[in-house]
Amino acid sequence: MYYIDPHIHMVSRTTDDYETLAKMGCVAMSEPAFWAGFDRGSADSFRDYFKQLTEVEPARAAQYGIQHFTWLCINAKEAEDVELSREVLKIIPEFLDCPNVLGIGEIGLNKNTRNEAIVFQEHMELAIRYDQQILIHTPHLEDKYQGTRMILDMLAEHSIERSRVLVDHVEEHTVKAVLDEGYWAGMTLYPVSKCTPARAVDIFEKFGVERLCVNSAGDWGPSKPTAVPDLILEMRRRGHSESNIRQLVFENPRKFFRQSKNFDLLDPSTRNSQ
Amino acid sequence: MDAKQILDREFLEIRAKILEIAASLDRIQRANGDVSGEQRSELIRSAIEIIASQQDSPIRAEKVQLLFSREYDPQWLDTFSISTRT
Repeated sequence: MYYIDPHIHMVSRTTDDYETLAKMGCVAMSEPAFWAGFDRGSADSFRDYFKQLTEVEPARAAQYGIQHFTWLCINAKEAEDVELSREVLKIIPEFLDCPNVLGIGEIGLNKNTRNEAIVFQEHMELAIRYDQQILIHTPHLEDKYQGTRMILDMLAEHSIERSRVLVDHVEEHTVKAVLDEGYWAGMTLYPVSKCTPARAVDIFEKFGVERLCVNSAGDWGPSKPTAVPDLILEMRRRGHSESNIRQLVFENPRKFFRQSKNFDLLDPSTRNSQ
Repeated sequence: MDAKQILDREFLEIRAKILEIAASLDRIQRANGDVSGEQRSELIRSAIEIIASQQDSPIRAEKVQLLFSREYDPQWLDTFSISTRT
């Protein structure tokens, strides 16, 4: 089955992973800007990173027939430095017309601090000013519930088209609020700190398939870039229809991404046919 | 899948997970020191109670998530002295 991984950090993965993902049916992916595992020292460091996301990764992915899209921001872990964040925010517009940029992301909160909230709001204002979609990171573990509620509070205060916002890393205690407010919700299949495939299928069974996506968030930490196929297998084992599976792993991310002017997905079923 | 089919499929997996928790708690007890008064130990005990309890609806996972979550203060914007702009 063809699928899209809407959230994966391929700068942290090997080229072998691109090949494996292609073999497993991945035809497109989107890569939100992320923390490198250490705090970057300057805005120029972000400029180089944005070049990597808009030039290097699309070329690497294309070798395996995968379309690579991306989102730009300074992530929440580095947003504690408001001065650096504002310098990075000034750079982002230079890249918004690159052909694989879908919007602003993954912005959000990490430890739910005042500075993180300030930088989150400034990212939202940038997205509104440039008519960009938004991809939102919600915090991990004990910070998730509080941080998700804070993010929903800030979103509600801004004039944002809710169908153009995806709130990611939802779990059992946050998914309902996100969907009820009219946003898209992303479930992340990630060891220990997020969802397992089985729990993600439980959430799908409780809340249905509308405005729900699933991703691996594969990165430099313990993670599994092939987690979406794991979910496909779990859904098949539970007897879910192929059409529901396809909607969750392909149609839904395509529908969400299509709201970005730069999203142009080649139909994988007509690939190489002249 | 009906309840019987799910139990058939998942019984051994559930059994294994419960054993892992039991063994982890034994390991902590066998080790030097005492963490029985720690908040994390209390959270684990409370979570096990939630899992073992009868529920009117299937919301054990959500309850456990909330147990392990920091509290949300609806007045946080005022606390942080942040004004939202539209």
